[in-house]
Amino acid sequence: MTDPKVRPYHATVWSELLIHELGREGERGVIIPAVEDEIRKSVGKPESLVPKKMRRKIKPGLPELSQPQVLRHWLHLSQMTLGMEGDIDLGVGTCTMKYSPKVNEELAAMINGVHPDQPEESMQGLLELVWRFGNVYLKEISGMDAFTFQPPGGSAGAFNNAAIMRKYHELNGELKQRDEIITTIFSHPCDAACPATAGFKVITLYPDEETGHPSVDALKAAVSERTAGIFVTNPEDTGIFNEHIDEWTGIVHEAGGLCAYDQANLNSLMGVTRAREAGFDMSFFNLHKTFSSPHGSSGPGSGAVGVIKELEELLPIPIIVKRGEKYHLDYDRPKSIGRVRDFLGNLQVVVRSYAWAVAMGADGLREAAEVSMINNQYLSEKMKEVPGVTKPYGGKRLDQVRWSLEKLKKDTGCGINDVNRRVIDYGVQSFFTSHHPWIVVEPFTPEPCETYSKADIDYWVAVLKRVCEEAYENPKTLKEAPHNSSIHMVNAAPFDDPKKWAMSWRAYRRKMK
Amino acid sequence: MLRVVGATSAEELYAQMIPDHLLFKGQMDLPEALPAEHDLKKHVAEILSKNRTCSDTLSFLGGGCWNHFVPQVCDEIAHRSEFLTAYTGGYYSDLGRFQANWEFQSLICELVGMEVSGIPTYDWGSAAGNAVRMASRLTGRREVLVPAGMSPARLSVIANFCNPTEMPGAIKIKKIAYDKEMGTLDLTDLRKKINSKSACVYFENPGYLGVIEDQGEEIAEIAHNAGAEVVVGVDPISLGVLSPPSEYGADIVCGEVQPLGVHMTAGGGLAGFISSRDEERYVAEYPLRLVSVTNTVKEGEYAFGQAKYERTSYMAREKAKDWVGTTTALHGIIAAVYMSLLGPEGMREVGEAILQKSHYAAGKLEEIKRVETDFPSFFKEFPLNIAATGKKVAQVNRTLLKRGIFGGKDISREFPELGQSALTCVTEVHSKADIDRFAEELEAILK
Repeated sequence: MTDPKVRPYHATVWSELLIHELGREGERGVIIPAVEDEIRKSVGKPESLVPKKMRRKIKPGLPELSQPQVLRHWLHLSQMTLGMEGDIDLGVGTCTMKYSPKVNEELAAMINGVHPDQPEESMQGLLELVWRFGNVYLKEISGMDAFTFQPPGGSAGAFNNAAIMRKYHELNGELKQRDEIITTIFSHPCDAACPATAGFKVITLYPDEETGHPSVDALKAAVSERTAGIFVTNPEDTGIFNEHIDEWTGIVHEAGGLCAYDQANLNSLMGVTRAREAGFDMSFFNLHKTFSSPHGSSGPGSGAVGVIKELEELLPIPIIVKRGEKYHLDYDRPKSIGRVRDFLGNLQVVVRSYAWAVAMGADGLREAAEVSMINNQYLSEKMKEVPGVTKPYGGKRLDQVRWSLEKLKKDTGCGINDVNRRVIDYGVQSFFTSHHPWIVVEPFTPEPCETYSKADIDYWVAVLKRVCEEAYENPKTLKEAPHNSSIHMVNAAPFDDPKKWAMSWRAYRRKMK
Repeated sequence: MLRVVGATSAEELYAQMIPDHLLFKGQMDLPEALPAEHDLKKHVAEILSKNRTCSDTLSFLGGGCWNHFVPQVCDEIAHRSEFLTAYTGGYYSDLGRFQANWEFQSLICELVGMEVSGIPTYDWGSAAGNAVRMASRLTGRREVLVPAGMSPARLSVIANFCNPTEMPGAIKIKKIAYDKEMGTLDLTDLRKKINSKSACVYFENPGYLGVIEDQGEEIAEIAHNAGAEVVVGVDPISLGVLSPPSEYGADIVCGEVQPLGVHMTAGGGLAGFISSRDEERYVAEYPLRLVSVTNTVKEGEYAFGQAKYERTSYMAREKAKDWVGTTTALHGIIAAVYMSLLGPEGMREVGEAILQKSHYAAGKLEEIKRVETDFPSFFKEFPLNIAATGKKVAQVNRTLLKRGIFGGKDISREFPELGQSALTCVTEVHSKADIDRFAEELEAILK
């Protein structure tokens, strides 16, 4: 099998100015709906309607542009964004960069004009769709019993679950005593940060050198009468499935704690294994990962949550319930944690995910899982051809592998940051490395989900191989990269320098003067 | 591919990774698949067409999610594949996304009169929750004072950020009464409740009940004298006509981005921002991703990256400033497009249109016998009190619905002291004819 030929690429260069440097006084991009004369006459001057102290005296320093200028500027910015759809984006692991069918955008837009406080009878369709996605699809996929879509992102799902854990122990009169959460270092940082924000102490377990995940004994040693629960992913970011997971949940239950599953990414597990059989009490699912809603440059997403029957009454309000053929919003839930976000969550995301799941069906969902898993096995084989890459920990991985460029770094001086600046010269999105700390040295984490074909994987590997070969032949090529980007080597010093950082035009102007 | 990996089936591979007793046996019990786009569209559209929307029904709903006009260019950019599908690419390959994030920060800072903002978080409530926790860390204090007239839903979000009182790090929430005549904060009550434990005073402009709070300077003085921070929540669509919070003493500003060009999408359009002065101690407490501008090795090139990244949960896990995750970056980009379309004059005009139309509506509705509005000074929303008619808001709204109108939100349970009141929202999208029709229908129902 010959490697595919790596094709030349160059990113769009617009040398775009900042929007504040564009336009001129008096330009306008859009006209405001008219205020009728009768209204003007009836209420008088608008300033008379504002208490004197509260009238704006100095106009906001916004730029003034005509509509074509505004459009051109934002088009330029979009064109200087590689995004996901324009390239083979399988390097961004843990994020499941899967294709989002275009038809789902049109379907999601059908709820653009819905107000969340409309009378129930005027949004039966939406309530039905959301209810069905939870109580038919997610229920079957996870084995959980009751669902909420209020958490507007994965981390918000983790926070929601920390709040549920808090409430559970509070109702049992044990919250003071149970103040510890256990997580693992290869679980997403939100599994530590969200329980901490919710007021818990966090204990982090580190992996066994051989298996790549913490041992049962490590968990036993961490569990005590202070344990409120655990927050873990499985497979972890390494792609390693903890085969003792049901033993883990048993140990935590035995100690009186609850088990929260981070299934932000369950892509390789749909129809394969479920949260319920692993003994979890609750789980969250990133609909913008496994369930195909686009990532939106980082949101809006959805951290849908499923819980077992016993925890249903703790879910945030309101909950969609079905009575007969009608759907209702139930607010009367005295044991509820209250709210983690206003209204019902990002329901446009749920519409897309529902549409995706309906299109797939049971066989399609299982097939997506299988293809993503097989893709990863194939990528792992192909990776053997790439010089300087190693795979820490033994054993097979499900959906992704956390690889290491430790050898490349030792041999050539080029590490993951250099490689990441160079792969983009070939039109491949820079890779996800790892959350911190970097337990795996010089890490990167590709996830070749079902979107990507064999040809895609072959091409992606060919690019990585070319870049690693360049590192051995002429490391300068990587050290001075990027060469074909919209811009050249960035001066990162201001990012940590209070005198130089500028998070706005106002700050920039002041500091540059 | 299976041949390359030396396997004959997926089952065989799964069996090497997952213990047999955890494997799901058989097929999931799900409805038949609809793989054809046409069939899928028909199925989903059939369900969703059961909804009514604020486009086919005249709506006076607001209360945290508002019906404003959305310029077509906002939709155009929102649907750009690059912005819609980007995620965590680096600052070279996703340069445009970083600049877009930065320009959102720049533009919102102009409206609120501050120098720092970040990629927006989930909603106003989450932003307020973060802001309150920032204030608590800045002061080392564990009490927050909030207006009793604020949205109970938003307060519930904040409460989840503040933790139950029996936890050691909990922040205690104390409510400050509002003036029964004006709806503004009762300063006597504020003075009574503020003390050396107060981390911050949080208030809103306009508040949930639509009231314009004109005592900002006094509130800020009281707070600062007690060593507390001043956190102000705003609806930014008001800031072409209302004073920016920086002018009446705000230390941290937060608020809701949705009015700035984002569709309501059943509440899915929300996004919360946080903003402050550019002081290191404030910047250090942000949980959000903060995008900074910088330069490159080539003269004249702008570049962007994340400032003080080690604060974030991506770096510091449980030691981070709260947490950050996938939030609402796309809504921030849409809002930036909106602000660049309107400019300073557009922001003033939209604010004026809202003021004039909402006040016209209040006046018109008050002409109905035994119907009154509660507070004189408001922006966009007002509680419409029908208590004296002997009718209930819920019942009136049901009849209005039959006549093609979504009446204002029933707040009789949230604010029993306001009696049978509907939080009535009027924006620039309402015409005089819409308002007159509403008044006529309401009058007929209340007769």
